[in-house]
Amino acid sequence: MRRYSYTRAKLTDRAFKYVALSFTAFALGVLVVLLIDIFSKGIARINWDFFRNLPSRHAEKSGIMTALAGMLSLLFFTIIIALPIGILAGIYLQEYGKKNRLAKLIEINISNLAGVPSVIYGILGLTLFVRILKLGNSLIAGALTLGLLILPIIIVTTREAIRAVPDSLREASYGMGATKWQTTSKVVFPFALGGILTGIILAVSRAIGETAPLLVIGALVYVPFIPEGPRDQFTTLPIQIFNWTTRPQAAFIVNAAAGIIVLLLITFLLNGIAIYIRNKWYKKIRY
Amino acid sequence: MRRKEKLIEVLMICCSFVTILTTAGIILILTVETVKFFSEVSIIHFVTDTQWTPLFTEKHYGILPLLSGTLLTTTIAILFAVPLGLIIAVYLNEYASPRFTAFVKPILEVLAAIPTVVYGFFALQFVTPSLQKIIPDLNGFNALSPGLVMGVMIIPYITSLSEDSLRAVPRSLREASYGMGATRFQTAFRVMVPAASSGIIVSVILAVSRALGETMIVAIAAGQQPKLTFNPKESVETITTYIVQVSMGDVPQDSLEFKTIFAAGLTLFVFTFILNSLSYWTRSRFQNKYE
Repeated sequence: MRRYSYTRAKLTDRAFKYVALSFTAFALGVLVVLLIDIFSKGIARINWDFFRNLPSRHAEKSGIMTALAGMLSLLFFTIIIALPIGILAGIYLQEYGKKNRLAKLIEINISNLAGVPSVIYGILGLTLFVRILKLGNSLIAGALTLGLLILPIIIVTTREAIRAVPDSLREASYGMGATKWQTTSKVVFPFALGGILTGIILAVSRAIGETAPLLVIGALVYVPFIPEGPRDQFTTLPIQIFNWTTRPQAAFIVNAAAGIIVLLLITFLLNGIAIYIRNKWYKKIRY
Repeated sequence: MRRKEKLIEVLMICCSFVTILTTAGIILILTVETVKFFSEVSIIHFVTDTQWTPLFTEKHYGILPLLSGTLLTTTIAILFAVPLGLIIAVYLNEYASPRFTAFVKPILEVLAAIPTVVYGFFALQFVTPSLQKIIPDLNGFNALSPGLVMGVMIIPYITSLSEDSLRAVPRSLREASYGMGATRFQTAFRVMVPAASSGIIVSVILAVSRALGETMIVAIAAGQQPKLTFNPKESVETITTYIVQVSMGDVPQDSLEFKTIFAAGLTLFVFTFILNSLSYWTRSRFQNKYE
């Protein structure tokens, strides 16, 4: 009897191994299928004109120039808004207010904000920036909305990067008579920069893919011009892709797939850079 | 010198306060507009009416159809992603070689980095047509396909968080189990998973919260028909899709129709807020179990 159950345990063990391996392969396989499906549908559409053309009623003449320009401008303003606030808040929470009650409250709050659906940020942006502050459905309203959305990511990664700085460095700096801010800005911050940079790139990669909050604040679907200032209306690549995806004509589906290829390349590139910096920096830290 | 230090500290406190203001802003805006909404539509009507037709001539304001659509797609995603994600985590932690894990984990993380609009396209243009070959009466817009694709999107969250908490289980527990002659399977499911259960629960809670709030996948592939149904083959509308649909349409921004998005938004916010708080509480309560 005992021998039997032992063999059965062995069998279960082995069976599980293969089931689990096939699940892992399945998850990876979905990624492969997704990429093959999208590339096979869209790659033929990618040419110079696709990047240079304005959106059009005719799928073959449509391009992503205004969407790309809108996306880059939007990211530019988003970073300008979210970066200083996020980094300063992260530094404060980790270096200054580690133990007080305010920091504790903010920490709970940030963990909650990170889980708020992005479409809710859209409602916030629509009411606060578009209507109350009367910014309209402009680039700056979109950037403020996305800025608030990625703020928790920047704060959390800044904190983690700063936490990794060894205390001996701080003590050496204080020992030399440096003040708290001198220590923070000249010793801790440069040392944590790699980690902070990684977080920023991941936050940007997140912001690039966001569609829902921008749709809610009223980003346009059809924009035949390149935005020239923060008060201009705009569209972005994900919105353009969303619009093409929901059209019934097959030619627009091809456009959507081609747009997705461009969007994925940008996303993967950013994530690749983030991973590269992370690895390089971690090697440097282990001295 | 000292004044400059103080000034910088105050500036940093202000920056930290932006996050508090964000939460306050969200709660304030949703509540104020929802209160206005409920001054025109009774709250009993809102929670009991089985139809949601604010954009039609004959108006009904029952949240149940949107809620059922949201819960249906979320349930499909979770039923698909939790077993898969957890089994992959156990496999990577207990069975796979470190080299295999180092190869698989970054690729899985790619799944989490893909923008959701891409998943929406994939659900509508690939998964639905493929499923229709197996289930012929599957609607072109349905809850099943976006639910499954949402599951794929969530797998990396569950795997990565569960794997972290499995790895945090002290080696001594695992070695004791092997020392008793247990197989890897027995060790994994009778020792490791129970020991890491709080972290695994957190990962599931966060996954549910993520699925409830997901917008683009369901907006593209689930359709825009609020129906009180739990049939995954039918077209449904989620709360998030409805919010996008109204804000993209030409509904006047001061009308009662427009205020519905705040009532719907508050409903969604309350659900995710409870889940997020629950996960924070679980994490901080059980974090130091083995330290």
